Amino acid sequence: MLAALPRELLQSLRAALEALGAYSLFGARLFMELPRALLRFDLIVTQMHNTGALSLVIIMLSGLFVGMVLGLQGFDLLERFGSEDSLGTAAALGLLKELGPVVTALLFAGRAGTALASELGLMRATDQLAAMEMMAVDPVRRVVMPRFVGGALSMPLLAAIFSMIGIFGAQLIGVQLMGVDSGQFWSQMRAAVEPGDVMEGVVKSCVFGVACSLIAVYEGYHSLPTAEGVGRATTRTVVISSVVVLLLDYMLTAVML
Amino acid sequence: MRQTRAIELGTGLFVLLGFAALFFLVTQITNREFGLGDGGYRLSASFEQVGGLKPGAPVSMSGVTIGRVEAIEYDFDEYEARVTMRIDHRFDRIPEDSDAGIFTAGLLGGQYVGIGPGGSETFLAEGDQMQFTQSAVVLEDLISKFLFSKATEESAGKASEEAPQ
Repeated sequence: MLAALPRELLQSLRAALEALGAYSLFGARLFMELPRALLRFDLIVTQMHNTGALSLVIIMLSGLFVGMVLGLQGFDLLERFGSEDSLGTAAALGLLKELGPVVTALLFAGRAGTALASELGLMRATDQLAAMEMMAVDPVRRVVMPRFVGGALSMPLLAAIFSMIGIFGAQLIGVQLMGVDSGQFWSQMRAAVEPGDVMEGVVKSCVFGVACSLIAVYEGYHSLPTAEGVGRATTRTVVISSVVVLLLDYMLTAVML
Repeated sequence: MRQTRAIELGTGLFVLLGFAALFFLVTQITNREFGLGDGGYRLSASFEQVGGLKPGAPVSMSGVTIGRVEAIEYDFDEYEARVTMRIDHRFDRIPEDSDAGIFTAGLLGGQYVGIGPGGSETFLAEGDQMQFTQSAVVLEDLISKFLFSKATEESAGKASEEAPQ
């Protein structure tokens, strides 16, 4: 029992290393294809429609409610210190630096990542990818790349929309409902928030966009060609994306703070 | 064909909204009042103590923001902190005997440079150094001074009580 433990540990460690290596190689291949993929911009536009424009409703709705909750909770907390005037600052910084990129990435993984993974998985299961290879069309170039690039480009835009709507949500609750002074709300926010804070959010969401899109297309492209395989690829996309986003978030915060 | 146009329209709207949101966040939420700002002119002032003053802090006259702190360095010739400020060109009539001080906005607010106008007829220009400065107040210094003076007062009081006997 005890003797078997190191071997199992080694095996799982090896499997983890293999997965990391496969991801890196796949990612490197996608980056090599990047200049050529940008030439087929019409395909990217279609994918940005799928991942970005169709995610707008859920992103905007979530942003509004996250901002409203932030307004309520922030007001309750700040009122105890008698500093409810800085509600705008608290809401804006929280949304720009943390909640905007992270919640958008998690929603993105759930809404767009799963769609990408299951679509690619079904293409694999129904031999569409194999058919493309037979016709000397590289499926990575024709199918995977536009989805990857479209997803990576959509993510920062979605996060910016999320943050903006969230700030209005916080304003709605803080100013209209709780009676924080509107001038104080905006002026304190403007005085405290710096362009670097906005940049921090943009950098984060770009990194999350690349990571989530890469995971989705990798899992879909490498899924087992069965109904179960497609389902598993979809689940793995959400699980891995969520964990990776939270891990990356900690590291990026530690670096940029 | 109609379908691809609908897709392009939807994507275009999405991208437009995204960039509008980014633009809103950068211009409306942040404190960039002077644009990218190479405009204006530079003044410098030496302070014995700058406290928590940071680059980017406002420079104000009577509460009106007229510029920003650009850099804070240590000057080994004078053994003081040298603060470089960029003043907007609209405010180009600051008398040369004006004084600069470092103050705190509110009880917990950030620190800023306040300029009090002097009475001279000549005005400060690019690169000038302000002569009269007042250092930042360090709260710990104030408290320790206060406690120290209390203590000496008390011991002096005791001594005078004991003396007549």
